[in-house]
Amino acid sequence: MSFEWIVRIVSENWPMFLRGAGMTLFIALIGTVIGAVIGLMAGVIRTIPMPERGPKKLVLKIINIILSIYIEFFRGTPMIVQAMVIYYGSALAFNIDMNVMLAAVIVVSINTGAYMAEIVRGGIVSIDKGQYEAAQAIGMNHFQTMTNVVLPQVIRNILPATGNQFVINIKDTSVLNVISVSELYFLTKSVAGNNFRYFESFFVACMIYFVMTFAVTRILLYFERKLDGPDNYTVLNEELEPKKI
Amino acid sequence: MEKVIEVQHLNKSFGAHEVLKDIDFSVHKGEVVSIIGSSGSGKSTLLRCINLLEKPGGGQIMFHGENILDDRHDIFAYRQKLGMVFQQFNLFENHNVLKNCVVGQIKVLKRTKEEAEKVAMKYLKVVGMDKYIYAKPKQLSGGQKQRVAIARALSMEPDVMLFDEPTSALDPEMVGEVLKVMRELAEIGLTMLIVTHEMEFAREVSDRVVFMDKGVIAEEGSPEQIFNHPQQERTKEFLKRTLSL
Ligand SMILES: Nc1ncnc2c1ncn2[C@@H]1O[C@H](COP(=O)(O)OP(=O)(O)OP(=O)(O)O)[C@@H](O)[C@H]1O
Ligand SMILES: [Mg+2]
Repeated sequence: MSFEWIVRIVSENWPMFLRGAGMTLFIALIGTVIGAVIGLMAGVIRTIPMPERGPKKLVLKIINIILSIYIEFFRGTPMIVQAMVIYYGSALAFNIDMNVMLAAVIVVSINTGAYMAEIVRGGIVSIDKGQYEAAQAIGMNHFQTMTNVVLPQVIRNILPATGNQFVINIKDTSVLNVISVSELYFLTKSVAGNNFRYFESFFVACMIYFVMTFAVTRILLYFERKLDGPDNYTVLNEELEPKKI
Repeated sequence: MEKVIEVQHLNKSFGAHEVLKDIDFSVHKGEVVSIIGSSGSGKSTLLRCINLLEKPGGGQIMFHGENILDDRHDIFAYRQKLGMVFQQFNLFENHNVLKNCVVGQIKVLKRTKEEAEKVAMKYLKVVGMDKYIYAKPKQLSGGQKQRVAIARALSMEPDVMLFDEPTSALDPEMVGEVLKVMRELAEIGLTMLIVTHEMEFAREVSDRVVFMDKGVIAEEGSPEQIFNHPQQERTKEFLKRTLSL
């Protein structure tokens, strides 16, 4: 009976599953955070107004081209192949035996970064130009305008997309088993390899993946609501001195 | 009296479309100058060229006698000294009322938070919005937003205030509250350059009225001169059209 097997597999291998799930969550989380930061930076750089002439224009143009290549390349190739290329490539190119964990985090981060760069750019462009101009008009430069006015709104707006990317990463870290990262899929494979109960073992993994993605989605939804703040404000009355915020 | 802004031979084209042709005019310290003219005559473009939101095609813009189109001129330092009020308010949506008035002072003028809040409260009181400091822009009416936008610009304590049709996006019943604030500012002796379609208001508060037509200054003079004894045919025509509405 499958059900008894499932119970047995869980009770015998739970530390293994837990470790795998932890590793999956860890790589997905770090990868998403670093990827989001890469995406934000790329998005900010790609929206710098192009100077009309001079060396600054040339530098910005070259950086933009490099960013475009990066984005197109990583969005246009499968992560499973990127993992192989980066892991074995680094060994070949620099003669270093890269830690698989490090390789895993790098692959997920730059892959996520490529997707987030486009999302961030869309988010920046969607903030109406008037606010950007108002910030410029009080003397802010591009960087100050971005950090004080545009990005806080962009971050709020791209939060759903980032959460989505996190969920995708939780699932897609499974491809990292090709470079022997001990994430959930990899460890499940070894559990199944020992007991030859493939269906039951992977059914357990399946449940764990689902619980993780479902929980993450809910938690993010809660944060989004929290970030939006209260729907009402209080009008101060005469006696009340305005409090510090 | 001292000239704060002096525009000389200013040109601006969008592609082949010449929007401003050889504009010459100046604003003196303490003066209120209104720019009137039909839609598309280049009023907004002139204002936007003055604070460099648009790059002028040719000519000079002198600010306290210095040409700010000179390559070496620090445009960020210059913009701090101009307050700009937009037709669409352009408040920073991510900040509450107080923070809207504070962020520029802290980031650009490097004032301390306490100092900045004190200044902000002073000007929020002037525009009658000091009781709404914790409201977010999307929770305010159009008239309230525009008054906050005026306070935000005033908080930078600029040498000149530029207004681009500050009441055109407002419902009729809210126009009055914004014009009232502007009247008070005129009385204090603030230097103001106002693009407006409110002819009554322009006649009342202005020291000088500039009539623009098809990218040129067709006529300028005292309100009495422009509204009661216009010299040019096109000024007469424009006034007949707008005042009969
Ligand atoms: N960014 C732009 N690109 C191309 N043409 C523009 C741009 N901005 C303005 N124009 C054109 O320049 C002309 C002058 O526009 P401007 O906005 O200065 O007029 P205005 O006098 O402010 O009109 P209104 O009273 O409707 O605000 C118009 O014909 C407009 O179409
Ligand atoms: Mg206009």
